[in-house]
Amino acid sequence: MFGKLTWDAIPLHQPIPLITVCILMVGIAGVLTIVSWKGWWPYLWREWITSTDHKRIGVMYVILALVMLLRGFADAIMMRAQLALAAGHAAGYLPPEHYNQIFSAHGTIMIFFVGMTFVVGLMNFVLPLQLGVRDVAFPVLNSVSFWLTAAGVLLVNLSLGVGEFARTGWLAYPPLSEIAYSPGVGVDYYLWSLQISGLGTLLSGINLTTTILKLRAPGMGYGRMPVFCWTALASNLLIVAAFPILTATFAMLLLDRYLGFHFFTNDGGGNPMMYINLIWAWGHPEVYILILPAFGVFSEVIATFSAKPLFGYRSMVMATMAICVLSFMVWLHHFFTMGAGANVNAFFGIATMIIAVPTGVKVFNWLFTMYGGSIRFTTPIYWAIGFMITFVIGGMTGVLMAIPPADFVLHNSLFLIAHFHNVIIGGVLFGVMAGYTYWFPKAFGFTLHEGLGKAVFWCWFVGFYLAFMPLYALGLMGATRRMQHYADPTWQPLMMVALGGAVVILVGIVLTVVQLVVSIRTRETRRDLTGDPWNGRTLEWSVSSPPPEWNFALLPTVVGPDAFWNAKRHPSLRNAAPRLVALTVPKRSALGFCVAFFMAILGFSSIWHIWWLAMVGLFGAIAVTLRHAWRTELEDCVSIATIAEHEHAHSPQAGRA
Amino acid sequence: MNAHSEVAEAERAPGSHQSGRERLRSYTLGLALAVLLTAASFAASSSSYVWTPSIPILLAVLAIAQMGVHLVFFLHISSSPDSTNNILSLAFGIFVVGLVIFGSMIIVSNLNHNMQPMDQLMDMHRQR
Repeated sequence: MFGKLTWDAIPLHQPIPLITVCILMVGIAGVLTIVSWKGWWPYLWREWITSTDHKRIGVMYVILALVMLLRGFADAIMMRAQLALAAGHAAGYLPPEHYNQIFSAHGTIMIFFVGMTFVVGLMNFVLPLQLGVRDVAFPVLNSVSFWLTAAGVLLVNLSLGVGEFARTGWLAYPPLSEIAYSPGVGVDYYLWSLQISGLGTLLSGINLTTTILKLRAPGMGYGRMPVFCWTALASNLLIVAAFPILTATFAMLLLDRYLGFHFFTNDGGGNPMMYINLIWAWGHPEVYILILPAFGVFSEVIATFSAKPLFGYRSMVMATMAICVLSFMVWLHHFFTMGAGANVNAFFGIATMIIAVPTGVKVFNWLFTMYGGSIRFTTPIYWAIGFMITFVIGGMTGVLMAIPPADFVLHNSLFLIAHFHNVIIGGVLFGVMAGYTYWFPKAFGFTLHEGLGKAVFWCWFVGFYLAFMPLYALGLMGATRRMQHYADPTWQPLMMVALGGAVVILVGIVLTVVQLVVSIRTRETRRDLTGDPWNGRTLEWSVSSPPPEWNFALLPTVVGPDAFWNAKRHPSLRNAAPRLVALTVPKRSALGFCVAFFMAILGFSSIWHIWWLAMVGLFGAIAVTLRHAWRTELEDCVSIATIAEHEHAHSPQAGRA
Repeated sequence: MNAHSEVAEAERAPGSHQSGRERLRSYTLGLALAVLLTAASFAASSSSYVWTPSIPILLAVLAIAQMGVHLVFFLHISSSPDSTNNILSLAFGIFVVGLVIFGSMIIVSNLNHNMQPMDQLMDMHRQR
């Protein structure tokens, strides 16, 4: 009846997961009680859960990412604490099988459910506004994408309380991840949650690519698109090209585990190295899927707060698209030590070093944009400057490891860990935090608290260096990754410093929450009435904050790059008295929530081999999709009166009054 | 955006004609070609008219022709300015698929060349 699922799956004898689960359950119950008690369910259901508005969906993505950041960071600080203790004869407080689950969950969560989710959320929120259009190409599909991601998040978190998570590392290399060596449900949790959320990511990639290619405001040619749109285009092209590889690879591993296939097994003609090859054919583009939109955020932030057009717009676009293509030609550098010959290693090593060229072009473009500009030192520009310093260091250690002989020394050492945290924290995380601060007033109509924002930045910046510079040194001293205990007590002081860095980052994360609370409580003092709090350059600042559901009452006509900046400089370009017309907005739809609900059931029951329930999930998802296909009313009409009322309330004159 | 909406008749993709009759004809032609190529593949696989070692290559050629028929007649890919995006997407897709397939082939064959076969490696471990 319940497959492999028994009461043994609940970790009643392991205090750490048990206490965590209890605290989580109390927290969730508390939130649900408050929502029910205040009667917020109808509002949440109508305005958020079933919303097809790209702005609402973008905000939900970002909230999901911030929540998962807490989870991923909890894993991180537990690992740092373990390593600060477990020197010589001390065993630390985490048993190896638990420690292995923690580092696997940390990597999986941080890449798929923090990085991807945050980046997709920002793109979702910003792209249609920057392109001057009313929504993404497929609004209902957008909701489906989000809820599938949420279903993946649900499964990962369920593994905390029901069963276990993978102990294989974040990419679940076979043969360890095969059924013979990982007979538990951990790898299945990993595979099913990533298959479901990966489907969501792929759909979102198709959606946003179509939006950029097909929906742009009149006159918004490719050469006039803001750089964030370009980087988002490159990123989504990579999603469309790379995620099917991930899905196919995981599907083959699932066949190995469930149906006794031999794609990646040791015996029966299988080849585990093929998994490693394929997973990195996805994995390397994935790195650029994350970092390119962050580059876009910095381009917007630096141009805006330097009050200058971006230096070298064309070279920026060329560099972005060059990285987009080159990112597909370097994946072997993740497994130089796998046993390939010198020629193959040399090719991929050189290709890797070539990527540093367009990236260097970008760094110089940002520097020259700031040069001679009147820079306003706001929180986003702090993140941007911190990024340039940190990311260049990470990039250089990356080029160092692109030399195959050097990689043979550094492979799987803490040096590698320090390198990729250097580029992911210094690049992606700083980028999304800059974007979060930059576009927050657009989403909610008031700015975030500036002083606390800078405090958050300094905590992350200082904490990052404290936490990861010691790891470079430890890596050179011979410390390996995924190490639960070490014999050499001389490593312990550096491990202590790294723990100290993690604590500083913890303060930064707490301050992020404090900043949010303080900003909401004092929002009246920081209202953004003009819709343009930063003196922005692109079209999202030309509408009210928060924008109406239809974004633009009248689609803007674009005559050059930096569309809104030009419109502000040349008031004659503005349409003084726009003739309003009635609009349609896509109807809200429960499809996304329902599909994700059934897919979560499918995933959970497949993990536990509850086959009748898996059928319910599969056919449920198909049934609700089919029902949606037969819908007749697609759009709601917005009357001229509603639009006129909004336009009047948010006209520039009303804003300044 | 729509400066190119007036596309010359010759530049249109088969099937993108406005009239229903011509559309039907082009889809029928596409279906006929697709069926023909499928039948040819089945016939070739067990045929004695072709030099036997060349049959896999013939099948590959027929399969690629089949893809071409699908792209032109059913997915309406053409060289008209209207479908620049589609052509670019197709080129990018082919590029990536080619890169992954041929890259994997080179990488794994190079690996096999440099390493002992997996089963021998396992035997060595067992002997120890």
